[in-house]
Formats: sequence, structure tokens, C-alpha cells
Amino acid sequence: MGITEKLARDRRWQLIAYLALAAALFAAPLYLSDFRLSLLAKFLAFAILAIGLDLLWGYTGILSLGQGVFFGIGAYCMAMYLKLEATGGKLPDFMQWSGVGSLPWWWQPFHYLWVAALLAILLPMLLAALLGWFTFRNRIKGVYFTILTQALVIITTTLLIGQQGFTGGTNGITNFSTVLGRAISQPSTRLALYFITLLALIGVFLLCRWLVTSRFGQVLRAIRDGENRVRFLGYDPAAYKIFVFSVSAGIAGIAGMLSVFHVGIIAPSMIGIVPSIEMALWVAIGGRGTLIGAVIGALALNWGKSLFSEAYPDMWPYFMGLMLILVVVLLPRGIVGLADSVKQLTFRRSNSNERASGSLPVIRESDG
Amino acid sequence: MALVLQQILNGLSVSSILLLIALGLAITFGLMKVINMAHGELIMIGAYTAYVVQGLFTSYLPESVFDYYFVIAIPASFLVAALFGLVLEMTMIRYLYGRPLDSLLATWGVGMILQQLARSIFGAPNVAVVSPSWLNGGLAIMPGLVLTYKRLFIIGLVIVCLLCMFLYIYRSAAGRRMRAVMQNRDMAASLGISTRKVDAATFAIGAGIGGIAGCALSLMGPIGPALGTYYIVDAFMVVVLGGVGKLLGTVLGALGMGLANTLFESLTDASIGKVFVFIAVIAFLQWRPTGFVSLRTRALDTSD
Repeated sequence: MGITEKLARDRRWQLIAYLALAAALFAAPLYLSDFRLSLLAKFLAFAILAIGLDLLWGYTGILSLGQGVFFGIGAYCMAMYLKLEATGGKLPDFMQWSGVGSLPWWWQPFHYLWVAALLAILLPMLLAALLGWFTFRNRIKGVYFTILTQALVIITTTLLIGQQGFTGGTNGITNFSTVLGRAISQPSTRLALYFITLLALIGVFLLCRWLVTSRFGQVLRAIRDGENRVRFLGYDPAAYKIFVFSVSAGIAGIAGMLSVFHVGIIAPSMIGIVPSIEMALWVAIGGRGTLIGAVIGALALNWGKSLFSEAYPDMWPYFMGLMLILVVVLLPRGIVGLADSVKQLTFRRSNSNERASGSLPVIRESDG
Repeated sequence: MALVLQQILNGLSVSSILLLIALGLAITFGLMKVINMAHGELIMIGAYTAYVVQGLFTSYLPESVFDYYFVIAIPASFLVAALFGLVLEMTMIRYLYGRPLDSLLATWGVGMILQQLARSIFGAPNVAVVSPSWLNGGLAIMPGLVLTYKRLFIIGLVIVCLLCMFLYIYRSAAGRRMRAVMQNRDMAASLGISTRKVDAATFAIGAGIGGIAGCALSLMGPIGPALGTYYIVDAFMVVVLGGVGKLLGTVLGALGMGLANTLFESLTDASIGKVFVFIAVIAFLQWRPTGFVSLRTRALDTSD
């Protein structure tokens, strides 16, 4: 069998695997309890974020530990809308407790769902573009950039906690009731929200797949592997990096916005330093540089976490710490990389069998 | 006038603590390009060492010598944290040289484990370390302006640490080897320097200084498993601001961060102040992207 045939066969199997995964997710309401389904919906939202982070980290080599901030902005935008709808024109409860007399002007646009949804995507993109503009153009990169994104997380959470009257402080924003007049807790609404999240995941996946398989994606990988060479070839790496950082922030915003519906609360502790690192872990475990890896990593790690924490809540930090170390030191390419090497091993074995039985080596065939 | 002076003194005090924390980072990051996110937990280990030493003094020694426990606690913190650092380097960090982002994630994992370990051993609530009585009280400089002995002591401790670091790096044979490895690793190795040993020793020293920082922090208030997390990102900002490779940069970076923090927090409030500090750091990096002081290099692609 020739290389091209083999590749075609591989691609066919890949497509079948993707379709099977999608089918399993679409059919999930049939075999999962309501509780598990809403958990899965939350994890699907996380998987959306993981795809965006993978685009940035796996493909462009920029590690942002500030994805929690963009996730948070998206989530807060949607939470503000839901809160306003729940209070029905009255002042949100936490504002009353903190002695804020009237709704601040910047809360006003969040009376409308479409404005909230739009801002949930645009605000993270804008913030990322600003930060990217001020760092990438000065060739601040690598770990320096990563540390700055961590600082961004710290100031965002401090700000959210400090401005309690406007943001709900440590408690965050919660107690939602309806979306567009339908009760959120109603099973039919939950089901619709699940499918919306799943479709968003598929949409984001296809968008990113299109990005990374295009010429644009090649430039991204080139920046990751040798930024100066890309610069010498006449490209402007900073522009590409700002763009891709902004896209990944927008994707994180979408994830945040959707997760609010499933979790029912957004608070600073959900977007802090540790959750932001956990987001990087999703991608690292699944496999950097493969989009499906990010999805698998986010789903597997979160599913594991919820099972694990139900059984032994105290053990989770040990487990997560150990996973971080093991994945980074032993499995830099994650689950997908592991699967690949297993496949390669079996491939090589069958290959050597063929050679022993006298058939031509594969490489020669492809040359001819 | 007194108010302005008080703010400046507060700023210096914050700077001195940041400097003590960032000093250890500057060594590991400057020399080895390893982002040690577990540094915060090494600080925590130093602080708990002080707590244990204090506990031993109260249980086994007469009350009259209790005040001198701190004299033992400082070297003990250094040694315990350095030992942890050495083990960390030999088992994990050595496989991560040249992969700074990976080292960041892996050391964060180590940090999480150490934090949870501290929680299981010492319990989740904070514990208080009783300061020696000779550090209570303060120096009245003028009416309305008091500099507590604790803060003075920490400033003094930082100066002593800086001095020792300076002597070690610039005036000792071991320091010369360290600088050689830092400037050109391959060349140093060719000249017969064991870069493995230099790396291990350097990492251990950086970790030990973190331990001393933890010991000093135990004077400032109760200590808990998450003690280091509060400071770690600020300390890394100091390193980014100061530039890597020179002690002077770290000192300037710490002064800058400490003074900016107090200035903006006194002008606005604690949460908005943080935002302004961040904006100030970004603005500063527009002017000097590699920090206050940076080693000149002609290399285009550095290993970061």
C-alpha cells in the first residue's frame, strides 16, 4: 500500500472518528441524566476555550495564562444580562447591599441579549488586541509575555473583588431566572442550551481548523518554530500574533458566555490564577498543536475532575500537580501524541513484517 | 510631609520584601532561564521552618533564650528550602532546561503539591509566628512617623543578603564559574566547568534565599499554605521590570514595583491601584522592553 493511499485511509478513519464523536455528543441527552448533561454542557464550553488556547499556544507558541480573564469577561457580560432580566428592572441585590443608588451607565447596554452576547466576544478581543499591541510589537515574548498575562489575571480578580458594588465582589453574579422569558431551569431550555453550546463548539472547531490548515496557519507554525526567520522573509510576526491572540480571546469569551448558562454563577474564584493554569493543562494533556487534542483534553480532564472530586475532594490538588509534572516532562504531546506514537509503533512493526516477507519498502514505492 | 515620608517608607518596606523574594527568582531565571513557579512554595517552606523552630524553642528550651530563636530560624529556613530546591533540580528541573514555558507549568504543579502537603501537615488555617520581643516596637523618626523594628530588620536582612550575593557572584571562585556558565554555557563546559554541578548549586541557592524571604514574611503576619501565591506574580514582575542577568536590575525593579504599588494604592484604592501598576509596567516596557538593566548580547534567538 502506498503512502498516499495510507494517508487517504488515515484521513477517512479520522473523519469517521470525528463524526462518531459528534454523533455521541448529539445523542448525549438520550443516555445522560440531567445532572450529567449539564456537566457535559459546561465541559463543552470549556472545550471551546481550549481550542482557542491551542490555536495560540500549540500552533503559535504563545502561552497565555490569562485566558481566565477573557473567559471571565465573556461570562460577566452574559451574567449581567441574566441578572438584569432576573431583577426585572429593579437594582441587582448586591448593588443594594453595597449602597449603589442607581444602575451605572455601563450596565445599561446589558438589558439586551444581543448586546451582551456581542460584547462578550468583542470586549475580550479588544483587551487582547491592546495587550498584544503593546507587547508583541516590542518583541516581548516567551515567558515575559506569559508572566504579564498572569499579572493581568491578578489585577482583574482584584478589581472584581474590590469593586463589589458594581461586580458582586467575591460572591460574583448569580441567582438568574430566565433567558428571553424562558426559565433557565426548565428541561427544554436546558436541552436547547446544550445544543447551542455543542453547535458553538463545532463552529469554533471548524473555524480554527480552517485557520490552521490555510496559509495563515502555516505562518503561525513558522512563527512558533523560528520567529526571526519569518521576520526576515518579510512577514510581520507581531501582526499575526496580535490577531491570533485576539481570536483566542474572543473564543474564550464565547466559552465564558455559554458556561454561565450551565453553571448559573460567575465569580472571581472561577477565573483566577489557578483556573487559568488549569486551562493550559487541558490543552497540554490533550496534546498541543492538535485541535481535537484540546477538545479531548478539556473533556477528559474535567470529567475526571468531577468524578475525582466527588470521591476524594482533598486529593485533587495532588492529582492536578502530578498531572502537570508528568505531562510536561514525559508526555509533551499529550494524549493525542501518545495515541500517535502507539500507532506509529504498530505501523513500524507491520512495516518490518512486510519487508521480511520480501515486499518493497514503503518509501521506495512513494518515490516511484 | 510626614505623610509623604510615611508612604515612601512603606514603599521601601514593600520593596525590600519583594526584593528578597525576587532575588531568588533572579538567580534561577537569570542563570538558568527556568521559571520556578514553586518559588512561592519555597517561601512558604521557609516560613513554616521558622514556625517549627519557634515551636521547638518553646517546647524544649528555657524561656530566656526564646528571643534568639530567630537567629537559628534564618539559617534553618535557608537550609531547608535549599534542600528542597536541590531535590527539585535533581529530579525534575534538569530535564526542563531550554523549555522555560514547560518549566513554568511543571513547577506550578510542584507548587500545588507542596501547598496541599502543607495543608495536610499544618492544617488549612493560618498559623501565627510569635516575633522575638526585641523586634517589637519601632523607631520614632518624627511625630507621626514610626518605622517599626520589624521593617527595619527586614530592610537590613535584604541588605545583608544582597551583600552576600554580591560577594558570592562577583568575588568567589564558585560565583565566577556561575557567571561563566550564564554567559556562555558551551564555552564554560569546554573549559572544564561542570555545568551540572553549577546548575544544581545555583538552583539550591536561589531556593534557599526564597526560604529566607519566607522567614522574614513570618514576621509580618500569620502564615498559611498559600503564603507564596500572593507574592509570586509580583516578584516575577520585578524580574521582568528589572531585566535579567544583573543584581542591580533586580534591585531597581523591586524599588520600582514597591514604590509604584504604594503610590498608586495611596492615590486610589487597593484594587484600582493594581490596575495602574500594571499599566505603568506595560508603559515602562514600551520604553525598555528588556527591563532596567539587561545583559548585552549579539545573539538574535535567545533560548526563551
